[in-house]
Amino acid sequence: MKDFPWLTAIGVVPLVGALAVSLMPASRLRLAKQLAIAFSLVSLALTIGMITQFESGAAEQFQLVEQHQWIKAFGIQYKVGVDGLALVLIALTAFLVPVVLLASWNVDNKVKSYFALILLLETAMIGVFAAIDVFLFYALFEVMLVPMYFLIGVWGGERRVYAAVKFFLYTLLAGLLMLVAVLTMYFLTRDAAGAGTFDYEQWLTLDVARNTQRWLFLGFFVAFAVKVPLFPFHTWLPDAHTEAPTGGSVLLAGVMLKIGTFGFMRYSIPLFPEASRYFAPMMMGLGLFGIFYGALVAIVQKDIKRLVAYTSIAHLGFIILGTFAFTRQGQSGAVLYMVNHGLSTGALFLIIGFLYERRHTRLIEEYGGLRSVVPVLAATFLVAGLSSLALPGLNGFVSEFLVLLGTYSRHPVLGIIATFGIILAALYILVAYQRTMQGPVTVEANRGMADLDLREKLVIAPVLLVIIVLGVYPAPVLRVIEPSVQRVMERVEKTDPAPTIESATGEQK
Amino acid sequence: MTAVLAQAQPLQAPSIHYLAISPMLVVFGAAIVGVLVEAFVPQRSRRVAGLAVALGGVLAALGLVVFLAQDLNSATDPMLGLVARDAIAVDGPALFLQAAILALAATSLLLLAERAPADRVPAAVDGDVAATSARGLASLRALPPEHTEIFPLTLFAVGGMLLFVSAHNLIVMFVALEILSLPLYLLSGLARRRRLLSQEAAVKYFLLGAFSSAFFLYGVALLYGFAGSVSLTAIRDAAGQPSGDDPLLYAGLALLGVGLLFKVGAVPFHSWTPDVYQGAPTPVTAFMAACTKVAAFGALLRVLLVTFYNLRGDWRPAIGAVAVLTMVVGAVIAVTQTDVKRMLAYSSIAHAGFILTGVAASSRRGLSSSMFYLLAYGFIVIGAFGVVTLVRDADGEATHLSKWQGLGRRSPAVAGLFAFFLFALAGIPFTSGFFGKFAVWGAAVDGGVTYLVIVGVVTSAVAAFFYARVVVMMFFQEPAADGPEVARLRPLTSAALGVCLAATIVLGVVPELVVDIAGRSELFVR
Repeated sequence: MKDFPWLTAIGVVPLVGALAVSLMPASRLRLAKQLAIAFSLVSLALTIGMITQFESGAAEQFQLVEQHQWIKAFGIQYKVGVDGLALVLIALTAFLVPVVLLASWNVDNKVKSYFALILLLETAMIGVFAAIDVFLFYALFEVMLVPMYFLIGVWGGERRVYAAVKFFLYTLLAGLLMLVAVLTMYFLTRDAAGAGTFDYEQWLTLDVARNTQRWLFLGFFVAFAVKVPLFPFHTWLPDAHTEAPTGGSVLLAGVMLKIGTFGFMRYSIPLFPEASRYFAPMMMGLGLFGIFYGALVAIVQKDIKRLVAYTSIAHLGFIILGTFAFTRQGQSGAVLYMVNHGLSTGALFLIIGFLYERRHTRLIEEYGGLRSVVPVLAATFLVAGLSSLALPGLNGFVSEFLVLLGTYSRHPVLGIIATFGIILAALYILVAYQRTMQGPVTVEANRGMADLDLREKLVIAPVLLVIIVLGVYPAPVLRVIEPSVQRVMERVEKTDPAPTIESATGEQK
Repeated sequence: MTAVLAQAQPLQAPSIHYLAISPMLVVFGAAIVGVLVEAFVPQRSRRVAGLAVALGGVLAALGLVVFLAQDLNSATDPMLGLVARDAIAVDGPALFLQAAILALAATSLLLLAERAPADRVPAAVDGDVAATSARGLASLRALPPEHTEIFPLTLFAVGGMLLFVSAHNLIVMFVALEILSLPLYLLSGLARRRRLLSQEAAVKYFLLGAFSSAFFLYGVALLYGFAGSVSLTAIRDAAGQPSGDDPLLYAGLALLGVGLLFKVGAVPFHSWTPDVYQGAPTPVTAFMAACTKVAAFGALLRVLLVTFYNLRGDWRPAIGAVAVLTMVVGAVIAVTQTDVKRMLAYSSIAHAGFILTGVAASSRRGLSSSMFYLLAYGFIVIGAFGVVTLVRDADGEATHLSKWQGLGRRSPAVAGLFAFFLFALAGIPFTSGFFGKFAVWGAAVDGGVTYLVIVGVVTSAVAAFFYARVVVMMFFQEPAADGPEVARLRPLTSAALGVCLAATIVLGVVPELVVDIAGRSELFVR
């Protein structure tokens, strides 16, 4: 089974699905939707099959590698493979897409295009995580913008045009700047080895001069910082997340933001270890700032979707902090956090989508006391919210704890400051819950609200189930992540055996 | 000096390798047959006959170019090289660019031959200036006197372009420049009876074009004064190593450059582009935007890389500066445009800047990537203008952007096609536009002009803004009440659009097919 092209299959199935869905006759919309979900489920099944083939203790970094020449003249290959980091993110993607498709059942405008675009997006997202040829990575990274641009622009809220264009231009420009760095790396490999290549594993063997490293780090930094997003580059996020349709928001927050943090961990740090250590204080500063900035801005939001959007900035701040603390706990926590944030924020956006379908408003003041009207919906909101604020027993806790522990062990002050972020997280989630769900019913229109129907329960139940399972027993995921993190750590330490910042390294190793 | 003169006097009787220049002969022959068709074939079958002759000539020439190109790799007794007393170079770049010109010309001929939908011909036209149809082939009165003369005119222009990219002698290059320019002036004025804009475009193009030809010729004269010869090889040998102070040489190079950059449409010699692109009948614009650009860049590359390669330290900063100006001005001004054709015109200026980035790299890689870009861009731009010919309202083509509002709802296929070409222009991966940019930027990084790449990525983000805005218009907004209708897809236009779509996808997903050929064609004969 090792020879089966797992990754290609997982990526191509949604692409075929997108074609099939768009070719369906306009009269068979129901069938088109079912077909889309079926294709995404096949992709999920293949992903599960791939996980069974993955060995977490393998000697080589990438497993299930497929390698073919693509554009020989430029040393470009079709090369895909997974390490632990990519594996968990591909699993997250393949898991969220069928959920999103089912949640989007009631889309009534250009239905086929909507489902086809989400499947197209899935192909690109899986490809981004699976690519180990940097050209392939870059191409998928950029092409992903197009389906999301249409998802926001056509099916989005009132300010969708503004949000879509802003999202598109921000990410495109940032990606193009990364392209300059990618091209520079290509010619560095050519100067070193005679023939240029975009093969990531070849790039790892390259010894890049210190100053060059810093420039190249910044080139990649712009692209990933916009994706994450880090503080000064974040302004596209509240608009895009708020205006996107539910499915778009879930995939944006759940998967696409992770491409930024994934990029830092896969590309920036291992390729430019010296520069990463040089810029680590800046990165941690931006992460820490994001934690508080995101939380404080979230608390004052009147629009519940915007509130959740801002919490993403805070959560992603934790991930960046954990990544650049350069401790094993910190990075393992960060990777686990990527998965958990995808689940908890994805669940919150799904539930807000349910509310929006009922009342067509996102304003918090339009809700209130819903618990007595729609108890099941309120309960799911509570679980998702508690997961987001990292309640012990739910998934968010493990990752947040690891991040804080890892940060503290090297930078105690930063760790302590970051811990206060948890308090703010509790504040914004609980206040939002209290205002929308608890107390008396304040708006008459809410009295007749229907509780979750079967489809909606089917949408949210698997997500909540995974939230609880990962909260109780995160070990399998951590075991998969561990070797990847180990490798990243080795890359950073290799060039600097004695970190100047802290003495605690020896104990962690 | 005397040595050079002696070299220029051939001792042997001139012999011409007819096979090597056969593509040009076929095209010129077809053009003359086309004139005869105009004269003798009855009017009702003239269009079909004209198209058959034109398309047949272009495709036959394309076949010959492909046949000749096979000889490029054969080590033994290549029949290629300098022919016709060293006046014409039949080498890799020449054949690649000729093939590109012919393929693009064949595609745009399909658009040129399409007749405007008869029911859309406006009734009162002659004096009506602003709003009447742009379709050049469209008829004027109920019984249309068709402009079938476009076929021979186009063929003459194509023949001139073929000669232009392979001229190895500045006089031949000048003659080719005139052969390709004069029919273009006429073609852009074809809609003159229906729109004053077309007339204005033709006059403007003619005057400025004549001006630039004069620059070119003045440059040739100075270079002749410097080297005592008009042969590219002789001038290169005479220039030798850069000396820094040879007024004849540098002034000649500069003037020659002005003439060529004018045809390319580079800033600050671009001012004709928007007016001509907007005024000319749209299929003619498509032809010009694709083919003229290939021809002009081909000649520019040949002159700079063959003759003045040793002086590249001197001209690279100048080309770099022009490239920066071209990218910035093209992209920024395009943002403010409200007319689709004008917007595409400014975008073509910006793209000229991107290609100049490859020229400034002044390397083999720069050459092959520029050639790839030219071919890729040609197909995209023909496709984009091809879609413009379809979107019409009662007054003819609806080129004002506001009329495109909600087009995606009325005719998703046509709007989707246009969006695809726009994304290709914006350089989204898996389209040929992306790989073109990737290739020229790679060449520029390699050639040590990374600053051009940085300007390039920023301007292409600016450019993406106005492409995205058109997509917004078409897909994210509700249709306007009195919006245009999309003309039914007719077979010729569909064929042209199909070719462009296929080329854009294929060159984007498996660029290897052409990159390889461009890579092998990257050697000029010296």
